[in-house]
Amino acid sequence: MTSENGIDVARWANELELVRREKSIEAFERLFNHFAPKVKGFLMKSGTDNAMAEECVQEVMATVWHKAHLFDPTRASAATWIFTIARNKKIDALRKQKRPEPEDLGWGPEHEPDQEDVIGLQQETERLGQAIANLPTKQRQLLERAYFSDMSHSEIAAATGLPLGTIKSRIRLALDRLRHAMK
Amino acid sequence: METIKHHVSDDLLMAYATGNLAEGFSIAVAAHVSMCDHCRSMLESFNALGGALMEQDTNITVADCAFSKTLERINACQSVSQPEKKLKSDFPEPLSDYVGHSLVDIKWQPLGMGVKQAVLETSEDATARLLYIPAGAEMPDHSHRGLELTLVLEGAFADENDYFAKGDVEIADGSTNHTPVAMDGKPCICLAVTEAPLKFRKMFHRLIQPLIRI
Repeated sequence: MTSENGIDVARWANELELVRREKSIEAFERLFNHFAPKVKGFLMKSGTDNAMAEECVQEVMATVWHKAHLFDPTRASAATWIFTIARNKKIDALRKQKRPEPEDLGWGPEHEPDQEDVIGLQQETERLGQAIANLPTKQRQLLERAYFSDMSHSEIAAATGLPLGTIKSRIRLALDRLRHAMK
Repeated sequence: METIKHHVSDDLLMAYATGNLAEGFSIAVAAHVSMCDHCRSMLESFNALGGALMEQDTNITVADCAFSKTLERINACQSVSQPEKKLKSDFPEPLSDYVGHSLVDIKWQPLGMGVKQAVLETSEDATARLLYIPAGAEMPDHSHRGLELTLVLEGAFADENDYFAKGDVEIADGSTNHTPVAMDGKPCICLAVTEAPLKFRKMFHRLIQPLIRI
């Protein structure tokens, strides 16, 4: 099942499941071909140069392989889960800081995901992707900048020449629209 | 646990989700999220937004050798350490990583009037400290030069603005002058994070400020 904008949430969750259960190199290669360029794009928007981004992509994807058993399809899509790994790599590589993580909830890697929850999460993720694709270009660019670059709201304002209030309200508007689309 | 009434803001959750928040503030956000289902679900939404934005990117390619190099990395590190068994802790897990598991083992530094602090070791862009305020006692009167987050770990405190119980977060900025007092006849233990040194209003505290790092 592929949604209109080409986001195929269920497929990538299944590929990760194959990596986890069968240590399938083929599934991992398909994941790699899809996600490695996107991880690199995220890292470069965050301020790494090409060489560092290539290095980090390899580490991120190796972590995906090693930690596949921790992926929980009821709580995140494959893209979201890989994004959090890439983000932590970015903090490590760029900020040279530790990353304090919230306590894990009670269910561990042993729990069998409820299929209904998995499908619900996948449908919501596809709606979110659709909502982002439908945002006016300016709002989407601003949201990406705020999200991926290591800039505060006021630094974004200085770089774009837009007043801070506009940035904040645009981000809020974009978030409101997304929330509305998710209802 | 009583219901948490004061949450971290969307701005802070978003900065935490994107990895753009100083380590000290990240500890407070991660600790609050560990205690608060509402903020956990908000954080997961912000993570999903990051995943969805990352997914939209289609113009980048990686080097031809990237996949084979990744497999080399994987083979070079086959034994992944199993997660350690969770220890019972007096603190939320992200905080235990910095201060240990037991309240008894904290190395407190006295600030006068029974108030004590323990500064956490973090990157320098923010200062995180545990504060111990005895029952009925107050924190030294201070205002802020920048953002301050105070997360209640034990007991409760009140200031001119509101009442904060376990799990609650107070967010204060440069315009806030406040005097938190430990409430309900119990000592109050908080995690307080500031982006700049606190500015004390009384001369005595201003003089000793460089010595006690508050």
